[in-house]
Amino acid sequence: MASIEFNLNGKAQTVDANPAMPLLWVLRDLLGLTGTKFGCGMALCGACTVHVNGIAVRSCTMQISNVAGKNVTTIEGISTGASHPIQQAWIELDVPQCGYCQSGQIMSAAALLAKNTKPSDADIDQALRGNICRCGTYDDIRRAVHRAAEIASQDRSGGGAR
Amino acid sequence: MTLDRREFLEIGAGLIIGFALPQYTGVRIEDAPYPTLYGPFPAMQIPPPDGKPSAYIQIAKDERVTLFVTRAEMGQGVTTSCSQILAEELDCDWKNVRARFAPVDTSLYGYQGTVGSLSIRTMWNPLREAGAAARQMLIDAAAQQWGVDRSRCHTESGFVVDSSSGKRLSYGILAETAAKLPVPVNVPLKNRSEYRIIGQPFNRLDTREKITGIAQFGMDVRVPGMLYAAVARCPVFGGKPANVDATKAKAMPGVKEVVQIATGVGVLAENSWVAMQACRALEVKWDEGAGSSLTTAGISAMFASRAKQDGIEARKEGDVHAGLAKALKTIEASYEVPFLAHATMEPMNCTADVRSNSCTVWAPTQCMTDARNMTAAMTGLAPEKIDFRVTYMGGGFGRRGNYELDFIGEAVELSKHARSPVKVVWSREDDMQHDFYRPAAYVQFTGGLDTQGWPVALYARVACPAFPPGRPGAMSNTAVAGLRDLHYEFPDLLVDYRAADTTVPVSFWRAPGANQNTFFLESFLDEMAAAGGKDPVEARRRLLGKTPRLLGVLNLAAAKANWGKPLPAGRFQGVALGSNVGSFNAQIAEISITNGRLRVHRVVCAFDCGQPINPLILRQQIAGGIAFGLAAALKGEITIDRGRVQQANFNTYDVLRIDEMPSVEVYIVPSVESPGGAGEASVPAIAPAVTNAIFAAARKRIRKLPIRTGSLV
Repeated sequence: MASIEFNLNGKAQTVDANPAMPLLWVLRDLLGLTGTKFGCGMALCGACTVHVNGIAVRSCTMQISNVAGKNVTTIEGISTGASHPIQQAWIELDVPQCGYCQSGQIMSAAALLAKNTKPSDADIDQALRGNICRCGTYDDIRRAVHRAAEIASQDRSGGGAR
Repeated sequence: MTLDRREFLEIGAGLIIGFALPQYTGVRIEDAPYPTLYGPFPAMQIPPPDGKPSAYIQIAKDERVTLFVTRAEMGQGVTTSCSQILAEELDCDWKNVRARFAPVDTSLYGYQGTVGSLSIRTMWNPLREAGAAARQMLIDAAAQQWGVDRSRCHTESGFVVDSSSGKRLSYGILAETAAKLPVPVNVPLKNRSEYRIIGQPFNRLDTREKITGIAQFGMDVRVPGMLYAAVARCPVFGGKPANVDATKAKAMPGVKEVVQIATGVGVLAENSWVAMQACRALEVKWDEGAGSSLTTAGISAMFASRAKQDGIEARKEGDVHAGLAKALKTIEASYEVPFLAHATMEPMNCTADVRSNSCTVWAPTQCMTDARNMTAAMTGLAPEKIDFRVTYMGGGFGRRGNYELDFIGEAVELSKHARSPVKVVWSREDDMQHDFYRPAAYVQFTGGLDTQGWPVALYARVACPAFPPGRPGAMSNTAVAGLRDLHYEFPDLLVDYRAADTTVPVSFWRAPGANQNTFFLESFLDEMAAAGGKDPVEARRRLLGKTPRLLGVLNLAAAKANWGKPLPAGRFQGVALGSNVGSFNAQIAEISITNGRLRVHRVVCAFDCGQPINPLILRQQIAGGIAFGLAAALKGEITIDRGRVQQANFNTYDVLRIDEMPSVEVYIVPSVESPGGAGEASVPAIAPAVTNAIFAAARKRIRKLPIRTGSLV
């Protein structure tokens, strides 16, 4: 067991955990943040995607010891009131079906949008290839990422009164 | 969003009315008791509560209208579409509509389950009748208050209006008075031309909670004091533990207990991760049993040999032997598909808290009544002592139905043993290697063409494991679904079936039976058309004279896809039809093959499900079903060696990824027919649409799935 400190959704967080315990299970079982989902345990499906220092990572294979001192953002902390442009677009286009993979999809898409303000279809495919959706929402995800880019650009130019 | 009993009783003021739900009328359900590890349980034959109102809507003083939905949500948008049906007849303001999941209670709701794309089909009439009755009660309440005749009153989006004076009263204000009036029967329903809510692409009611991490799936259930469990199961189907050495597992920090249960060896621990780690540290010697020599090649050979033996007649028109004898030309071909895993995004899991005199279960299950009955039998408690709470499901696809309750049994058994709440969490490997698989299946076809080259005779010899399990040697209607009910008018037709069982557990998988048999049928029909030199669309048209709705979608898809017209260079099209769950669709897939690499660019789907309830959700279901079927066609294969499943995670059992998703164009046929199902409707036709396009491109017939792209160079 070790005491590990990091920043979680903008607040200082300390956990006592086995240093080898994956961030995913620390979030879900120790801290009760269940928005980040377990899907495969091997970084193959993307359901557990969170941001660590702004980068989309698979929390199921990231040991908690590697998170010490870093900034972690989960779906619960990505915005208040579902106001992130990705979430706004997801609502507008009704992307989710069962919804289980959507936290991961949203976190991957948000990381993409943060570094690429106008992603092409190919950019979206590249960034989201690792996020499986068994309901087949892919077409809607693509459209929603484009829409989110529009919303974000309106926000930047001050025209996005929402 | 599940409403617990206390909350349900406490919902106070306002109009609460009940209405009788029918059972699965008009739908064939296999009715034998089915075996589970925990004993046989009756299938869906639970009688509806006799004359008792069995579902509820509430209109509160604050104008909120709440529908208690008796089905479970696994992606199909059931809360939204059911609410739209109710709101239409109630004539309320859509903005005020909320949906909640009803408690699981046989005495109130009869059988509760979510299978067979049946939710809309079974709720269509009762929800409309309930809405109309409630609206009439609100009108009567207003008419009494105003002292006018009810015929002077009408409703406008949540208000009763006196047509003469223009006076208005809101539903919320009227609710309490209306609640005291008798529930009217046989209230006339709206004309379809008056619809303003049914048929609208309203946003889903559950989106917001699903994009903020708030929606509670089974995996997310947390109960104070609960233990987490993982279970080691014998890798060979039918095997059991012979010797368990738990020394290493028990020595791991956080491990509480190791216990043998019906499905294997359970590890109880203080969190999911420790439970899974300790489970891997168990040293178990398995008694592998009779299944340990099973291989995929052996199963294939058994299928081919069974197909040559006599079968049980499943469908017969004319005399196929005479028809084939007089045909100018006959062709033969055999088709085969592998076992498939459901691979829901949310692995199996369940939380149970078994006490001496009560029990609470939180489960992501499609079939809550069956699960509750099983829990009652396992605990010795009366069903009404079981507080059964259904969570959101991270996909269902048939894995969480009444024949697949193993994950619930594990949680109940472990909680009973531990005398504490227990959450069982399956790893992805557990989930993939201990599924109830889509059965592998085999069909041997003979087809006959007339003197002009048109298909006129068809003989299909089906060899497939019987499913659902439980009646060896008998006809399995599910195993021949898609063939026994085919709409093509062959003057001479025979479909027969022989069970070809193995030790691999099999069960329902989105569009059961139809998902493989439609591939078989639509491919072989394409072969017959090609053998007669006929256009695949034209050959189908000629056989559909008595099924105008199927002919209609075929013609619509052909028109929208520009069938028969020049395509961009390197593009080829294939067509296939699907008719299941009371709906009809035609799909035209457009593909290219470059250096042996297959790409599905575009799928045009014309869809007739009768009256559309919500076109946005329909489009989701159609595109989603196509993605699901395409994943299987391109990649899906569970293989068996030494009785074990060889795939374990998404690296060895890959599914469709975003860069492989075709653009799906959906054309919904306007219709006033009663609604058909949507969730499973588009799954079956995509595989043959793609393989028929491959034939158009490469003159190569794909008779075995998944498609081996390397063979297309």
